[in-house]
Amino acid sequence: MPFNFPALSYIIALFGDAILIFFAIFHVIAFDELKTDYKNPIDQCNSLNPLVLPEYIVHMVINLLFLMSGQWLSLCLNVPLIAYHINRYRTRPVMSRPGLYDPTSIMNADVLSMCQREGWIKLAFYLLSFFYYLYG
Amino acid sequence: MDHYAAQKLSQGFTQLPQKPPLATSHVPPELVNSSQQHNISQNFIPPNDSLLKPTSQPTYNYTFPPTNQVGSYGVGITAKPSGPSISSPVNRVSQEEPISSGPPRTNVLGIIPYSTEPANIISQSSLGTRTVPSQPPNALQPPRQPSVQYGSYPYGDQTHLQNRTMAVSRPSPPSPNIQPQYVQPTASLRNQQYSNQYGHRPPDNFSQPQLNHLYSSPQYPQDNLSGPTQYSGGYYSGLSEDVMNQMSNLSVTQSGYNRLWGKDTYDLLKCRDILPSGRVEPPAIRLQQELYEANNCSSEIFRCTLTKIPETKSLLDKSRLPLGVLIHPFKDLNQLSVIQCSVIVRCRACRTYINPFVYFIDTKHWKCNLCFRVNDLPGEFEYDPLTKTYGDPSRRPEIKSATIEFIAPSEYMVRPPQPAAYVFVIDISRLGAEAGYLKIFCETLLSQLDALPGDSRTAVAFITFDSSVHFYSLADIQSQPHQMVVVDIDDMFVPCPDNLLVNLSECLSLVRDLLKELPNKYSESFETGSALGPALQAAYKLLAATGGRITVFQSCLPNCGSGSLPAREDPSQRTADNVTQAMLNPVTDFYKKLALDCSGQQIAVDLFILNSQFVDLASLCGVSRFSGGCIYHFPLFSIKNSQHIDALQRTLQRYLCRKIGFESVMRLRCTRGLSIHTFHGNFFVRSTDLLSLPNVNPDAGFGMQVSIDENLNDIQNVCFQAALLYTSSKGERRIRVHTLCLPIASNLSDVLHSADQQCIIGLLAKMAVDRCHQSSLSDAREAFVNVVSDMLSAYRLTQSSNPSSSLLAPESLRLLPLYILALLKHVAFRIGQSTRLDDRVYAMCQMKTLPLQQLMQSIYPDLYPVHNILDYPELSLGDETVVQPPRLHLSAERIDSQGVYLLDDGETLMIYVGHNITPALASALFNVPSFASINPNIVSYEILYYVK
Ligand SMILES: [Zn+2]
Repeated sequence: MPFNFPALSYIIALFGDAILIFFAIFHVIAFDELKTDYKNPIDQCNSLNPLVLPEYIVHMVINLLFLMSGQWLSLCLNVPLIAYHINRYRTRPVMSRPGLYDPTSIMNADVLSMCQREGWIKLAFYLLSFFYYLYG
Repeated sequence: MDHYAAQKLSQGFTQLPQKPPLATSHVPPELVNSSQQHNISQNFIPPNDSLLKPTSQPTYNYTFPPTNQVGSYGVGITAKPSGPSISSPVNRVSQEEPISSGPPRTNVLGIIPYSTEPANIISQSSLGTRTVPSQPPNALQPPRQPSVQYGSYPYGDQTHLQNRTMAVSRPSPPSPNIQPQYVQPTASLRNQQYSNQYGHRPPDNFSQPQLNHLYSSPQYPQDNLSGPTQYSGGYYSGLSEDVMNQMSNLSVTQSGYNRLWGKDTYDLLKCRDILPSGRVEPPAIRLQQELYEANNCSSEIFRCTLTKIPETKSLLDKSRLPLGVLIHPFKDLNQLSVIQCSVIVRCRACRTYINPFVYFIDTKHWKCNLCFRVNDLPGEFEYDPLTKTYGDPSRRPEIKSATIEFIAPSEYMVRPPQPAAYVFVIDISRLGAEAGYLKIFCETLLSQLDALPGDSRTAVAFITFDSSVHFYSLADIQSQPHQMVVVDIDDMFVPCPDNLLVNLSECLSLVRDLLKELPNKYSESFETGSALGPALQAAYKLLAATGGRITVFQSCLPNCGSGSLPAREDPSQRTADNVTQAMLNPVTDFYKKLALDCSGQQIAVDLFILNSQFVDLASLCGVSRFSGGCIYHFPLFSIKNSQHIDALQRTLQRYLCRKIGFESVMRLRCTRGLSIHTFHGNFFVRSTDLLSLPNVNPDAGFGMQVSIDENLNDIQNVCFQAALLYTSSKGERRIRVHTLCLPIASNLSDVLHSADQQCIIGLLAKMAVDRCHQSSLSDAREAFVNVVSDMLSAYRLTQSSNPSSSLLAPESLRLLPLYILALLKHVAFRIGQSTRLDDRVYAMCQMKTLPLQQLMQSIYPDLYPVHNILDYPELSLGDETVVQPPRLHLSAERIDSQGVYLLDDGETLMIYVGHNITPALASALFNVPSFASINPNIVSYEILYYVK
């Protein structure tokens, strides 16, 4: 069991990370569409907002498994992102529903480019960690 | 005087405004206004220190005597056709007819002979409103010429001339100590008169020898501080009449010339008199092609923070100034060319409308000035309806005027144009009944019912609410209005939806009955609940099918049903040094979501806040902000105060009768290499350059921050084009297009000297409001101070020698520190003084939406001495003369305890009476023996009359 649990957690993390990669790709595409005027910001926020919490939860679950199995290195690599997620959600605009993106401010060039950059960085991070979990 | 005839003459492509035209009357383009202005100028008596000035001062007005306002068409041209009108081959001047600015407000001194307002007039931008003649319906278009047709309509709702700038805003020459070195430019003076009279450039022999040299060189000489004297002659003679007109607004003195050149340096530590005694004029935009200059967009509509765009982003960063444009797209205009044609010529790639700054490659092709694509020119574009011949496309009004309106063909409609629909939502809870505004509202609306913009389809509905929501059924089968009360506010529904939103003309008598009945019915109330959220939802449901306007009157904190808000203001914190962003941001997103729903259904929500207690405007304002509405705030409103009543009445009159555009969108395009970064104003941003404005009104201004993405060094000019597509109240789809063209600057000194300080302040104020919302008030205040120090250090870089004891600022930015100081003391950004949160939030909303001129006036109000008013020169305006006192610095050292002063901040006129005024002055002005017996409440306009 002590030997198998870390392996199991890595397998689950692998699957979880695959899901996260999909989220990140969706995120990048969505903001690209916004920037090129294909989509209405209200619709786009409505489709993005429900995905924010699931992404955070999947990421947390993976790390919870690392914590329980004592994979400190993997955990440490992920802690900054957890902190970022918590902070990001804490400072979100006033909203009655879960989510991060506010259709009235999302078209601001700063917000838009920030979200786009966030998407790319997360995608790269998830991809790297995918290979790390694969060989870890 | 027959205004109608005068107006007709003044238009290039004339069409009869109201009577159905039998034929297109193409009156030869007579230039009446220039000669008229000339007359005015000759009556002008220069101020006393005439040593400095030329003997004759052609000071041209661009506003006109108040008498003209009364005319059915208050078009700003009073010239009689019999005057020395000079016919000109060019009808350009008529197209460039000065455009009245902003909503009409009465001039400080302009009210002397005419007005009947109390002297401490409180008015929210509504003084001097006249009833508005209806705009001619589309059906009155003359028969079509070969598929192209022009009509230069007098725009119906644009009769509000502003007479405020008239007297007080005429700049008089600056005080001698600033510019001692200048000589008198007789040659240029002559040139200017010449051009104004004849409407085109003077022949070259009038100008000084540098002219050709100047205009052949690609850039103006830079870094040459002796420039003003050296080049003024050449510069002037090279100007085309648009700029000439602008210049003539400045007193034509040598120093005026040099200021316009804009290369002076001011030592802020030594110069105490930096405020011009008249209006602060926007810097002139100097383009290399004179024709472009003449056709450029009016500075009252479109302004850029830098009148020369830095060619690279790094140059912009070096200047430390913000880059952005401020636009007042739906401003009331005196003169607007309206075009109806089957094809609106636009660029095929970027959809830019054809404008004066495009390049014609040959008669069949034009090159877009925004994306540089070469487009085909439709054959009909060469047709000139004036001469009924084919030929040069540059004769078209699209090419002659940077502000133009198209009547849109059907492909610009997603649905049939909506009718004008108005829903009034009125709070009748206890506090509302105590304030007593319902009576004023009903009386005003009753008197303005006929003037409501709209056609035969206009619809109205009324909803009142306390803790329940009341509807009024106005079906024409009924003999009297029928009230329905919905108590179940948690699940809002609309009872009998057919008879609530009714056709105004069909149910006019019922509406009148209701408006007479309402004030009596709700003169008293003990209900403390206020279900604003449910009432708004109901109004939304009423209008969802058509779109329209919801007008809300709110007097207390909403506390029932959805959208109820907690009382979160702590009065002890009003003087606190910092206001956290949480206090300035909404507590709920209910109103924002509602606004987005409304925006989707083309509904705008306008708020009238008449509160005596905290109403949490920070949360409520979202409903207007994102639906393109507007907000009015009357703090501590009480029916017992006659000034409050007056203010509300005037605001309502203006609000109800002003022009309105429905289901509108605005797109701002700019030359490739630039992009829009952030928008400021009341709207919803639908895509990177498209604003959704369910309603657009003539008092709304917008700001856009612009960023430079690519180097611009291979082009000469950049352009911004704002296109506003809207449905007029008559159910016509129209497109109003404004195009602004700006040159490129390649060095830092040029950028700094071309800055537009007022526009910068306007943009900074908007950015600071955002900063307050995102971080905190103290951050925003800090940023203001940094802007000034950055600007001064950037300017220091351009100076080769700078004595350490001086603080140098370019002429173009000399007032920036002063304005920043004023901003730090403005209600929106001040600390230390007790400021109610609602007042602060309202001031911030105003910062975001006021057109620049009004914003500047609220930031740095005009102060005039009144006690010695007869010492100042008079300005003749037709039969009347108006005195022109100088503007004073807002500084205690300018206030004498024996004096009387008048302060005009755009919303209020305040009279400050020094406590040591002489009994003679007291009795002359106030009809009382001494200072102590002046009653502050019954100061009426007559005191001003006495002065006169
Ligand atoms: Zn183009």
